[in-house]
Amino acid sequence: MQEFEPKIITFLCNWCTYGAADLAGVSRFQYPANMRIIRLPCSGRVSPKMVLSAFRNGADGVWISGCHPGDCHYITGNYYARRKFTLLKEMLEHTGLEPGRIQFSWISSAEGVKFADVARTVISEVKALGPAKGMAKEFIMSQEVA
Amino acid sequence: MSEKTIGSVLIAGGGIAAIQAALDLADSGYYVYMVEKSPSIGGVMAQLDKTFPTNDCSMCIMSPKLVEVGRHINIELVTLAEIRDIKGQAGNFEVEVFQKARYVDMDKCIGCGACMEKCPKKVDDEYNMGLAKRKAIYVPYPQAVPLKYAIDAPNCIKITKDKCGNCEKVCPADAINYKDTDKTISLNVGSVILSTGFSAYNPSGKDFLNYDRSKDVVTSLEFERLLSASGPFQGHVVRLSDKEHPHKIAWLQCVGSRDVNTCKNGHCSSVCCMYAIKQAIIAKEHDPELETKIFYMDMRTHGKGFEDCYNQAKETYGVKFQRCRVHTVYGNPDGPGQVLEYIDENNQRVTEVYDIVVLSVGMEINDEVRANAAKMGIELTEGGFVKTSTFKPVSTSRDGVYVCGAFQGPKDIPQSVVEAGAAALNAGAGLVAARNTLTRTVEKVKEDDVRGERPRIGVFVCHCGTNIAGVIDVEAVRDYASDLPYVEYVNNNMYACSQDTQDGMVKVIKEKGLNRIVVAACSPRTHDPLFQETLINAGLNKYLFEMVNIRNHGSWVHKDQPAEATLKAKEQVRMAVAKVALFEPLSEATLEIDQNVLVIGGGISGMAAAKALSTQGYHVTLVERDKVLGGQARNLYVTGKGESIEEGLADMVNSVAVDDKIDVLLESSLKNVEGFVGNFVSTIETKGSEQEIRHGVAIIATGAEEYKPVEYLYGSSDKVVTGQELDGLMKGHDAKVENAETAVFIQCVGSREPGRTYCSRICCTHTMVSALHLKEKKPDMDVFVLYRDIRTYGEKEALYKKAREKGVIFVRYSLDAKPLVKEAEGKLLVTVNDPIIQRPLELAADLLVLASAVKPYKDERLAQFFKVPLNDDGFFVEAHVKLAPSDFATDGVFLAGLAHYPKPIDESIAQAQAAAARATGLLARKTINTSGQVAYVNQELCSGCSVCVAVCPYNSPGMILDGPRAGKAEINPVLCKGCGACVSSCRSGALNLKGFEEGQILAMIDAA
Repeated sequence: MQEFEPKIITFLCNWCTYGAADLAGVSRFQYPANMRIIRLPCSGRVSPKMVLSAFRNGADGVWISGCHPGDCHYITGNYYARRKFTLLKEMLEHTGLEPGRIQFSWISSAEGVKFADVARTVISEVKALGPAKGMAKEFIMSQEVA
Repeated sequence: MSEKTIGSVLIAGGGIAAIQAALDLADSGYYVYMVEKSPSIGGVMAQLDKTFPTNDCSMCIMSPKLVEVGRHINIELVTLAEIRDIKGQAGNFEVEVFQKARYVDMDKCIGCGACMEKCPKKVDDEYNMGLAKRKAIYVPYPQAVPLKYAIDAPNCIKITKDKCGNCEKVCPADAINYKDTDKTISLNVGSVILSTGFSAYNPSGKDFLNYDRSKDVVTSLEFERLLSASGPFQGHVVRLSDKEHPHKIAWLQCVGSRDVNTCKNGHCSSVCCMYAIKQAIIAKEHDPELETKIFYMDMRTHGKGFEDCYNQAKETYGVKFQRCRVHTVYGNPDGPGQVLEYIDENNQRVTEVYDIVVLSVGMEINDEVRANAAKMGIELTEGGFVKTSTFKPVSTSRDGVYVCGAFQGPKDIPQSVVEAGAAALNAGAGLVAARNTLTRTVEKVKEDDVRGERPRIGVFVCHCGTNIAGVIDVEAVRDYASDLPYVEYVNNNMYACSQDTQDGMVKVIKEKGLNRIVVAACSPRTHDPLFQETLINAGLNKYLFEMVNIRNHGSWVHKDQPAEATLKAKEQVRMAVAKVALFEPLSEATLEIDQNVLVIGGGISGMAAAKALSTQGYHVTLVERDKVLGGQARNLYVTGKGESIEEGLADMVNSVAVDDKIDVLLESSLKNVEGFVGNFVSTIETKGSEQEIRHGVAIIATGAEEYKPVEYLYGSSDKVVTGQELDGLMKGHDAKVENAETAVFIQCVGSREPGRTYCSRICCTHTMVSALHLKEKKPDMDVFVLYRDIRTYGEKEALYKKAREKGVIFVRYSLDAKPLVKEAEGKLLVTVNDPIIQRPLELAADLLVLASAVKPYKDERLAQFFKVPLNDDGFFVEAHVKLAPSDFATDGVFLAGLAHYPKPIDESIAQAQAAAARATGLLARKTINTSGQVAYVNQELCSGCSVCVAVCPYNSPGMILDGPRAGKAEINPVLCKGCGACVSSCRSGALNLKGFEEGQILAMIDAA
C-alpha cells in the first residue's frame, strides 16, 4: 500500500508568511508537497467557515500562518485570527477532531528557513494522525449509506 | 542655461541605475532616451544569480522593471549605441550618438527565434561570461528588453564571407537586413545622465593568480553564472576542468581592488566582500558538505543587513574566513585542484588545495570611457570615476550633466538606485519649464464590460527556463488545465514575464475573447502588477486575474518530488480556476492627490528633500524638533573630500530659509496623522499650539544620533571624547586637541557587537579624516587607530592609504580582546594586543577618541502614524532592500537619511533627492486610484452589531445614523485597506471582501 500523504489546506497572509514561502523557494529550502496554498491579504481574513469547509471537503489538516504578533501589515489582524482560532480549535476538539490537525504559526517574510521547518513539522504531525474522517463529506455520506 | 529648454533627458547606460532614472523621469513628465551599448538593457544585475543580503533572485526582481521600461511610452531605447560627444549647454544639448548596425529591423522582428535556431555559427556567450555558447544572431538572454535579435557582425558568415544567409531565409517577418550600416545620430535633450556602470577587473596576465592557465580559477562573475539556474550548468556548480562536483572552494578578495602594486586600482570596490559571502552561502545551500573559505584583508560589510549576513555566514553556514592576501595560486602537481599558498595570522606559511578558486574581481572604469569623458568635459577622479562633491553628489563638473551608479564610484545596487533617483530629480529640476512638453500620454485601452458573460478562462503555464520545467511537467499541467470548467485556452511559455509573451498574451486574450486569466508561474508578490498591466492592455479589468505560484512554492521547494510537485501544481491551478471563474470586474475610486508635501526632520536629508521638491514647484512643510535646522551636521567639521561642512550646511539652511515654498516649523512635532496617500492630515504641535497640515505625500528624514558610550572611561575622563565631539573640539581649536602629543582612536564603539550588531558605516572614514587633520596640524603627533576591520569603502580607501603614509599607526583588535583603558595619576593608558608583534601594546594617550555608533531614534509613534515598519535595530524598513530603498510599503510615504541606515552626507543628500524624485513621480500623477479589493456590506443581512466597527484599525466601517438604513453598517471604501478582518468577524455574513470573497475562497477549498 502507498504511504498516506495528507492534504493540508494552508492559509497564508500575503505580507509575511506568503513572503516567507517565496523566500524558502528562492533559497531552495526543501519540504514535502502536501500543502495546497490559499493566499489571503491577512490571517485575519480567515473565517471559521473556511476551516470547517476544508475539513468537510476532506482536508487532513489546516495550517494558518500570518505575521508575528505586533507586526501585522494591517496592525491588528493577526490578533483577531489568533483569538478566533484558539477558540475554534478548542470547539473542534469536542467534535473529535484531533488538535494537531489545526496548526498556526507566525512567520515573517524574512524567515524562509522557518517556513520550511514549520512546513515539515506540520506535515509530519498531520501525517502521524492519519487520514481525517470525522468531518469529511464523503466519509459521512458513505457511513450513512452503509 | 540655454534660452530654449528641451523637455527630454538622455541616459547613457542600461543597467539598473539607468533603468530607475529612466522610470523616475518618464513618470514625472520628461521624455527619455536610453542609450545602451549592448543589444538590450539590464546590465550586470541581469547576470547575477541572487542579490545580497536577502538572496532574492536577481532576475525575478528585475524583470518587471525591464518590462516596464520596454513598454513605457515615454522611454525610447537606443541600443547598440554609445554617446560620443555632448554639445550645447544645460537645458539644450545636442548629443552625438554612435549606433552600430543591428542587421535586424527592430520594427519587423517578432522575436520568434527561428533565425537563431538555424544559425550555424557558435560564439562565446558574453551573458554567461564565455562559459556557454550562443549563436551569431542572438538576444543576450531570454528576458531581454527589447526582445529583438541582433547579428554579431564579426562572427556572421554571411556578413564576413557572404555565405550562409540562413537567417534571412527563415525569418517569417522579413526582418534581416545584411546591408544595415553603423550610423551617427544626434539627439536634442535638456539634460544628460551618465550611468554607464563599470568594467569588471580582468585578472588575465597575473601569473600568481593562475587565471590564464587553469579553468578552475574563475572570476566572481563567472562563478555567478555557475550558480545561476539559467547559467551554463543549470545552477549545478562544477569544477570546469573536469565537470566534477567540487568539495572545496576559495574566494580571494580584493583582486583588482585596493591594489596599486599589481594594478592601478587603489579604491575599494565596495561590493566584493558581500558578494563573496553571498556566493559562499548559496554554494553551501546547494551542498552543505562543501568547504568554503574567504581570504580577505578587511571584511567590509558596511550596508544595511550586511553584518548580520556576515555573522550568519560564519555561525549558521560555517563559511570560513581567513585574513590575508594569498600570494600564489598554482595548479596542484599531485592531482586536480589549485594550490593556495599564504601566510596565516601566526606568520606560518600554509598550503591548501581547493577545487575552485573564485577571484573577487573589482570594479574599474576602462580607458575608453575615461577618454570619452575627458572629451565631453567631465572631470574624473584619479580612479577614473566621475568627480562629484559632497553636497552635490550626482552633479558632474559639467552643468546639466549628472551621474549615477558605479560610474560615480564603486557601489552596490541599492546605492545605485538611490543615486538614479537623485540624478533623475536633478536632471528634471533643470527642465521644469519644459515639463510635459515632449511626453506622450498612453491611449487608454477601453475596458470591455464582461459582467454577465460566461467565464472564458485562459491559463498560461510558465517554464521559467528550467526553473519550473526542470521539476514540474509543465505540458502536463497545461493539458490538465485545458479540461477544467470554463477554460477556453491554455498555453505554456518559456518565460511568461518576457515582453514578447506579454504582447502575445494581449493578442490571445483579444482573439479568443478570454475574460478571466490564470498565470501559473512565480510569485504574485513580484509579478501581479506586470500581468495586470497586460490585462489592462488587452481591455480586461485587471482584477480578473489570479496567479499560481508553481515555482517558489513548487519546483524550487520540491526538487526531489517531481510527480508530487506536478500534482500540486495541477491542483493549485484547479483552485485558481475555480476562484477566477467567480471573479467580477472591480472598480477603483479615483482620488485627487494633494500637491503639498510634509517633510519630517530638518537635518541635511530633510532639507535636501524639501529643497528638491520646492524646486519642482511643490509646497513643502518642514518639521524639525530642534530650535534650529541642521541636525547632526551641526556637529561635524569637514568631509572626506575636504569640504567645510559648516559652510555647506549654512548654504543649505539659508536656501531653505529664503524659499517661500518651504514653511519651516521649528521646535515642532507630530501629534497625529490621519488619512492616506494623496490625502494626509497631520496635526503638528509647535511650542504648545497645534495646527493641521494637509499633504499628499510625506518624507521621513528624522535622522539618528551618536551613541553616548558607557565604555572606555567615557564620561569619567575628560580626555575621552566621541568622534563627533572631536569635530567640535577641532572646529574650536581646543587646547585639548592642539596640545595632545598622542591621540588614540578606538573604532566600533557600540557597533558590531551584541546588542547593536550593525556596522555604523561612517566611523572608519570619519576617523581617517580626523586622524589626517591631527597629523596635518601637528605632524609629529602620534596617532593610533585601534580597529577591527577598516571599512573605507569605495574611493574613501584613498584616505586610509594617505593616513598610513602620514604615519598614522593602525592596530587591529578583536571583539574578544577589546582595548583596555585606565586612568592613573592623570594619565590615560590604553592597552591593546598587537596581532603583528603578538604582544600587548601600552599607549599613553592625551586624547582618546571613541568612534561611536550611529543610533536610531526608534520612533515607534511615527512608525504607527504612517503604518511603516521599524527593524529590530530601530531603523525604518524600506519597501525593498534593493530596488526601492527610498520608498515605504505604505503608499505616499518616503524615506531618506540616517533614519534608514547610517550614511555619510553625500549619500544622505542623494537619498533625500531620490525620495523627492519618487514623491514627484506620485504627485505628477495628480490623481491616484484606490484598490478595488475592499470590503462591502450587504445591508439586508446586517444585524447592526457593529463588531466590524470595533475590529477595523482604519475606521472604514461605520454605522448609518439616519434614514431608512439607520443602524446598518456601511464601508468607506477609500479608508478600507482590504485586510478582511471585518468580513471574517461578521456574525451575520453581511460583509464580504472583493477579490477575496467568501464564495471564492470556499470554491478554492472545494477544488483543493
